[in-house]
Amino acid sequence: MKSLKELKELRNKVQKEMEMRDQSTKPEIIVGMGTCGIAAGARDILKAILEEVDRRNIDLRVTQTGCIGMCEKEPLIDVKMPGKKRITYGNLSTDDVKKIIAEHVINGNIVKDLVIAKHED
Amino acid sequence: MKETIYRSHVLVCTGTGCVSSGSKNIKMALEDELAAKDLSDEIKIVETGCHGFCEKGPIMIVYPEGVFYCQVESEDVAEIVEEHLLKGRIVDRLLFKEPFTEENIPSYSDIDFYKKQKRIVLANCGRIDPEDINEYIALGGYEAVGKALTKMTPQEVIDEVKKAGLRGRGGGGFPTGLKWQFARNSDSEKKYVICNADEGDPGAFMDRSLLEGDPHRVIEGMMTAAYAIGADEGYVYVRAEYPLAIRRLEKAIKQAEEYGLLGEDIFGSGFNFKLHIKKGAGAFVCGEETALMASIEGKRGMPRPRPPYPAVSGLWGKPTNINNVETLGNIPYIIKEGSEAFSSIGTEGSKGTKVFALTGKINNTGLVEVPMGTTLREVIFDIGGGLQEGKKYKAVQTGGPSGGCIPEEYLDLPIDYDSLLEVGAMMGSGGMVVMDEGTCMVDVARFFLNFTQSESCGKCTPCREGTKRMLEILNRICEGEGEEGDIELLEDLGQHIKDTALCGLGQTAPNPVLSTIHYFRNEYEAHIYENKCPAGVCKELAAAYVIDESSCVGCGQCVKVCPVDAISGKPKETYVIDAETCISCGACADRCPVDAISQG
Repeated sequence: MKSLKELKELRNKVQKEMEMRDQSTKPEIIVGMGTCGIAAGARDILKAILEEVDRRNIDLRVTQTGCIGMCEKEPLIDVKMPGKKRITYGNLSTDDVKKIIAEHVINGNIVKDLVIAKHED
Repeated sequence: MKETIYRSHVLVCTGTGCVSSGSKNIKMALEDELAAKDLSDEIKIVETGCHGFCEKGPIMIVYPEGVFYCQVESEDVAEIVEEHLLKGRIVDRLLFKEPFTEENIPSYSDIDFYKKQKRIVLANCGRIDPEDINEYIALGGYEAVGKALTKMTPQEVIDEVKKAGLRGRGGGGFPTGLKWQFARNSDSEKKYVICNADEGDPGAFMDRSLLEGDPHRVIEGMMTAAYAIGADEGYVYVRAEYPLAIRRLEKAIKQAEEYGLLGEDIFGSGFNFKLHIKKGAGAFVCGEETALMASIEGKRGMPRPRPPYPAVSGLWGKPTNINNVETLGNIPYIIKEGSEAFSSIGTEGSKGTKVFALTGKINNTGLVEVPMGTTLREVIFDIGGGLQEGKKYKAVQTGGPSGGCIPEEYLDLPIDYDSLLEVGAMMGSGGMVVMDEGTCMVDVARFFLNFTQSESCGKCTPCREGTKRMLEILNRICEGEGEEGDIELLEDLGQHIKDTALCGLGQTAPNPVLSTIHYFRNEYEAHIYENKCPAGVCKELAAAYVIDESSCVGCGQCVKVCPVDAISGKPKETYVIDAETCISCGACADRCPVDAISQG
């Protein structure tokens, strides 16, 4: 370690992974991973979200939940922005996920044609 | 190479407490289960150090949700993987239950045990993988020493530590900044820093947990101390009974060397530092600084008179600075956040936080860190969850074999160095042994004195002979052979040993006896004059048990547990205990389903 700058660069590199253990408020995407969700392809959706989050370097929590009863509309994801209502999207493909992240998470605009519900969370 | 993106981190505690309750098996079961479900590349398993909540171990925390599972068994792992990691459903039955509300608490930060703590030294313990330097760096590790080395002069570092008001956490409470100043002022080509990790008090495990959970923090503290006093070499003196702490420390030193954080010209500042580990053989007296240095030099671990103090003539005759593990663990915070942030916590004369190891008859056995000035009641009842089986509090022993017992009337005492001394106890390194009404205070005094007596190195007469005589008297009292004048003789002997022993071990050895006489003199008197042990602990003095005829249901369970066949009778009739044969062990009373048996 030849300088403080070098340490800071290393920190930036290794810090990202530790952010997962930060419990402060940040945007959250919740993936429906009940049996129904998994059967409809939720695992691919989850992986696509993780890749997109990593590619765009967004500070975001990705969690899973069980079946919420709308099995017909799986794969489902909820997007919860800090201080905003929780929005549920359904019948998703991996391309939809990229669109939702770009439009909703980054620009703050709900992707209306994919929304199926709004929660009072 | 593309790095794997994990969607979840599962933290498994592998501190010594959780390892002994089976966390290694849990980790293996988890690996197998993740592999079977093809989740190995999505979920990362992280081994961490102690979370402090050892009572509820083995502990597992699942991120990003931050769900806290406790008392996990290998059989539970499949369910956690299937339900939580695959389907996102929290496994309610493994959550922590608040004892009073019976409410399931999913999140780490909402549990009473953690809510009332303030974690500076233990900030990373249980949060990071202690075997991965990157995790320490990711949370800002080594930035404090980087700042000290590149932006501060050694004197500025010392001034900052002085202003913070940090006092030694090993027991004595000497101002750390002043200690550094003395070592800095000693003119010498060669100086040393030593980390005292020879934790030996019965029931204390603060230093072990910090070394196991966050070894880099201690290394960073030592580097800062070395820079401040002008040393280029250091030793961590750690007892060989702490194999996990040693292994993690060795690994940490190796990683720091690979990153150039130990070695030469660190941060381009021209500062060099080399760090060694010296394993101690576990003699209690080697926690005393002059004995510790003798042990590093390869000599028999015995203290020598001071002065000269180590700051003037220490290891191999060179100026040496010795700090305790926890003291050094505070340094990175002080340098990084500034002395004001540190001194805003705590009381007038004692700044910052203190780590305590809670043990004894308490519900939440474990490791806690609280601001100085927190009351004993808060620590024992709010964080510690009160006494086991709802029993009544009797006393808490702080400071280990050098400290004293604090009775109920001082439960609202704010804890700091000075307040504890005022009531005849001491901060010590932070062991807290909680005792309930079933504890005999004479027996407690005997236990601690027995410890110091067998650990006495034998160099000076007051300690070698004096503690031996005191122990003989205590043994006599506990065996029902106490005589008039014994209490006064103990007080007299104790005071003389305090005044004349060579080192801290001897000077404080009588404290447990003197403080129990001070607060529980009636128990000593009951032993000597009434031939009675009020708590029913001392076997020779305990009265025989009797069965209450009107309550006995004739179940016969007492007969089965009696080790000396003192109970006779027929099923469905009343049983009788033969007072001559009864050894007052109490096994029958514990077993009796209708509480018909008591001490007569």
